[in-house]
Amino acid sequence: MVKRSISEKRISVATPQFAKRKSHRESSKHQAVWSLLDEICDPELPGISIWDLGILVDVVRQDSRWTISIMSTYSGCPAVDSIGQDIAELMMRRGYEDTTVKFVLAPAWSTEMISPEGLDSLREMKIAPPDKDNRVECPVCQGSNTRLLSQFGSTACKALYQCQDCLESFDYFKCF
Amino acid sequence: MKDEINCTELENLTRFLIALGDDSVIYSHRLSEWCSNGPYLEEDIALTNVALDYTGRARLFYQYAAKLEDNGKTEDDIAYLRTEREFTNLLIHELPINDFAFTMLRQYFMDVFYCLYLQALSGSKDESLSAIATKALKESHYHLKRSEPWIKLLAQGTDESRQRILRAQAELENFTGELFLMETWEVQLVDQGIAVDRSLIQLEWERQVSAFLAESNIQFTQTQLQVSGGRCGIHTEHLGHLLSEMQYLQRTYPGMKW
Repeated sequence: MVKRSISEKRISVATPQFAKRKSHRESSKHQAVWSLLDEICDPELPGISIWDLGILVDVVRQDSRWTISIMSTYSGCPAVDSIGQDIAELMMRRGYEDTTVKFVLAPAWSTEMISPEGLDSLREMKIAPPDKDNRVECPVCQGSNTRLLSQFGSTACKALYQCQDCLESFDYFKCF
Repeated sequence: MKDEINCTELENLTRFLIALGDDSVIYSHRLSEWCSNGPYLEEDIALTNVALDYTGRARLFYQYAAKLEDNGKTEDDIAYLRTEREFTNLLIHELPINDFAFTMLRQYFMDVFYCLYLQALSGSKDESLSAIATKALKESHYHLKRSEPWIKLLAQGTDESRQRILRAQAELENFTGELFLMETWEVQLVDQGIAVDRSLIQLEWERQVSAFLAESNIQFTQTQLQVSGGRCGIHTEHLGHLLSEMQYLQRTYPGMKW
């Protein structure tokens, strides 16, 4: 069994879809609110913010009224309602009293929208990040000799894999 | 006169959204019946995750319908407070789960159907419908990746598993024809570029299903007996029992919330 050293750590690359999101965020006048929303995490993926996961879409202000747009990963994702509540509560606490959370449907969410930092966080949580060719690498020993145990893992966005080298079972964030 | 036309258009669209929501919510409920009864843990989780995807779709269709109706009713009223005759799902969705072979063969039939249907619906002139279909289509492609290997495994497995697939097929063949039958009001929506003519995807569906089943040496034949009536609210004897379970809480404790 060959183990890779830390220096061979995977480097996450920004996708064109993420680059588009990023430039939209950077061109916004409401940097303070975008930064504030970085505090909100997916309750089922603690440690990865809604920005990094790609589901924070937009921050819009009209007079004193704020509209935060988010999207769900999968149409049945139960986390999206609680994320909406978290946003409303946080905004309220920080003095943005008139806030509406809007759920948008288009464009459909894709794992291409995840930020490079988000991919790194997944690795840190020992979740294998999405791969277009479904080359799933063990997040524990980095071995490539892995097999699919179940197409669905602990949540709809993950599949369950096992490493044939270190025998560890792990979640794989489905390429979607 | 103009207002009258718009009124019918709106009524048709609402009816269409509720029908699509009914297809999804009823099917989701059937799949959820596997919860804690799956053949093994991973498969139990997979079945209920697919159920969750369908619940998600149902919610999106119902929410949109409730917004259009604008009479104070919510997605929950639509799901929990209508009677059997008011549900307009296509019948195949309401059939009992039967055994695992039946559940997976129906899943496979539905996956092929939804991959074709949602692809077409994603081109709808109605932006919200198109967005829902685009999102759901990705999910159905993933579902198909799971149902196909299961059908192969069961059809080419033991004598027992093959017999069960053949029995499931003999039953399901009576209900697949309805997937492609259109009601007059649906056709009107097709003419407006909003809905999809399901009869047009029948040939492609049959081609894909026949070719795939042939790989396991199973012949697919559309039987003469085709049961229909779902879109008009005429159901099999099974739906009432399903609803009595699904709607139990809201019927017993009206307005109950988490």
